[in-house]
Amino acid sequence: MGSKETGYTATIDGIEHEFDSIRSVLAKANERKSGDELAGLAASSSAERIAAKDIVSRLTLETLYENPVVPADEDEVTRTIRDGVCEETYAEIADWTVADLREFLLAESTDDEAIRALREGLTSEMIAAVTKLMSNLDLVVAAAKMTVVARCNSTIGTEGTVSFRLQPNDPADETENILQSVREGLSYGVGDAVIGINPVSDDAAQVKEILQATAEFIDRWDVPTQNCVLGHITTQMDAVRNGAPADLLFQSIAGTERGNREFGIDVELLDDAAELGRNLCRGDGPNVMYFETGQGAELSNDAHEGVDQLTLEARCYGLAREYDPFLVNTVVGFIGPEYLYDGKQVIRAGLEDVFMGKLHGLPMGIDACYTNHTKADQNDIENLAVLLTAAGANFFITVPMGDDVMLNYQSNSYHDGPTLRSLFGLQAAPEFEAWLEEMGITDDGRLTERAGDPTIFTQP
Amino acid sequence: MRPNNDRRSGVEDPEDEPRLERFRDSHPSRIGVGRAGSRPRTETLLEFRLDHAKARDAVTTHVSDDLVADLDLVSVRSRAESKTEFLAEPSRGRDISEETAERIREDCAMEPQVQIVVSDGLSSTAVETNVPELLPVLRDGLADRGLDVGTPIFVEYGRVDVMDAIGAELGADCCVNLVGERPGLATNESLSAYFVADPERGGATSEKSVISNIHRNGIPPVEAGAEIAAVLEELCEAERNGCDTGDP
Repeated sequence: MGSKETGYTATIDGIEHEFDSIRSVLAKANERKSGDELAGLAASSSAERIAAKDIVSRLTLETLYENPVVPADEDEVTRTIRDGVCEETYAEIADWTVADLREFLLAESTDDEAIRALREGLTSEMIAAVTKLMSNLDLVVAAAKMTVVARCNSTIGTEGTVSFRLQPNDPADETENILQSVREGLSYGVGDAVIGINPVSDDAAQVKEILQATAEFIDRWDVPTQNCVLGHITTQMDAVRNGAPADLLFQSIAGTERGNREFGIDVELLDDAAELGRNLCRGDGPNVMYFETGQGAELSNDAHEGVDQLTLEARCYGLAREYDPFLVNTVVGFIGPEYLYDGKQVIRAGLEDVFMGKLHGLPMGIDACYTNHTKADQNDIENLAVLLTAAGANFFITVPMGDDVMLNYQSNSYHDGPTLRSLFGLQAAPEFEAWLEEMGITDDGRLTERAGDPTIFTQP
Repeated sequence: MRPNNDRRSGVEDPEDEPRLERFRDSHPSRIGVGRAGSRPRTETLLEFRLDHAKARDAVTTHVSDDLVADLDLVSVRSRAESKTEFLAEPSRGRDISEETAERIREDCAMEPQVQIVVSDGLSSTAVETNVPELLPVLRDGLADRGLDVGTPIFVEYGRVDVMDAIGAELGADCCVNLVGERPGLATNESLSAYFVADPERGGATSEKSVISNIHRNGIPPVEAGAEIAAVLEELCEAERNGCDTGDP
């Protein structure tokens, strides 16, 4: 058994396109991305791209299973993904082609339950491969079928809801400024996914101070949410061991062992963190981990192992699913134009990532964002947010007026939370929805006159 | 009914108006902005769009030839042929071609103690607003210290590490690169000064020392010019001492 890789050819209009490995076919089958071009992995013409997609469509899932893009003996992410596969489920679909998988996911008869039954048989490479065959609307349709519910203090991902991370970053880590931004965000009804702060200083005492300030605020106003300060995982672990009140533990992850080493982590450290989180985090759980990812991270750390950025992104999700996280989001446009050049590439990558995360069974959200040297603007990420609300993304990142003055980039605005909910007839996480009504911020799901006024939280 | 656009804060009838105003005035983020339905108010939206427009213009426009001529800079280009290439392939902005190397060896002073480089980087606006004030102060400061300064060079499509290639070609003891930072919405004028001693191609950006946040609301350019001269004196001093110890 097992088909070891040889050369792959496809003939289009009499022209033969040849690829020397599955890794190369997978890379060249991607929609155009500047990062794959920078890595020297991209298709050299539009026709070659389609030839590669044609070959991908005919690969069997067994071939992908047998040929992980980084060998298992060299990479613990590969081993983690393989160990997570249910052999019985896999055996039932091993002879499917990637085209079969695509058409299964899109069939009217395939619902959430049917996808759930298949999920454990899929490796990240299989999920990456099918993504390369999907159009943008295919990705939306298939992602929308999948419901992934996660629970900490609030419950996110239930049908008919969409949640938002409130990101009140401050360039000086001033807790009063952070809290003022929290008040602003809550008054728009965002913050049900998490109140999550990126600290300027990656220091355990600083992390603890922000955790304490946000925890006190959450307790004072009885907000059914969770807090998180997104320092390095080891910094958060130190803070929590010193009694800091954290609901979630966060870490950025990569799709290769080498990439994770660049982030200062490995599987053993994540295992320890997850255990610490279950024991010492104050969130009700059971889900207490929070991961961020993003196409291009491995290449930027010179740790891509000759693999394209979409496939590496899928492998991040393969790693993440081992830890039953409460939140996972891609930070899609943060990394710069050398990886995702413009709004079109950012939108494509955002759709791919949320689809791939959900197909892995993750409570998947997105930081739909851009930096000022990327050829994109607020309109692009508003478009992406509409598409991904249609796709049933669990949550979005939101910042005041779309402008994060600490990380110096733009994401969705606090305003986009109530806008997307009302446009799609969705509610906040159920506990949070009830709280919004109780606080008089919404009435029957609609913003009241009190909404948008942060000073409703300043009275004793 | 006509909306009330004359509100002091963006919020209509806040519970605590003075408190809201205090925060709105002192807070670094755009808060207390109010809403039009669930969307931002027009004024807030246009302010945001203007700040982004200025940031984009800083990235995409070019430093004017007149300014380069006025400042008496030798003008070269990195290996990037266009803004697009510069943005999509950062490594091109870190090096110069063999032809450019030959040209600067002909046109510029060889083996200076200090080589000054100015690069557009990610903000041409930062170069245009700061360098005309900064450079004369820097030159005077270096002259006062008796340092031998090479022929200043402007690099179009240049990144931080392009000074390694230039410094190595000219045999400079140390280099400073005045490079436009990636613009934020708060300012599109921020410039950084990066330093390297004994420049060699392939040196890591992370190992270079830097004075950043040079702009009128950060470190003003005149002040920065004086600080940069002091840093360069120290670097030259250390370089000289390093050589005296006879290290290989």
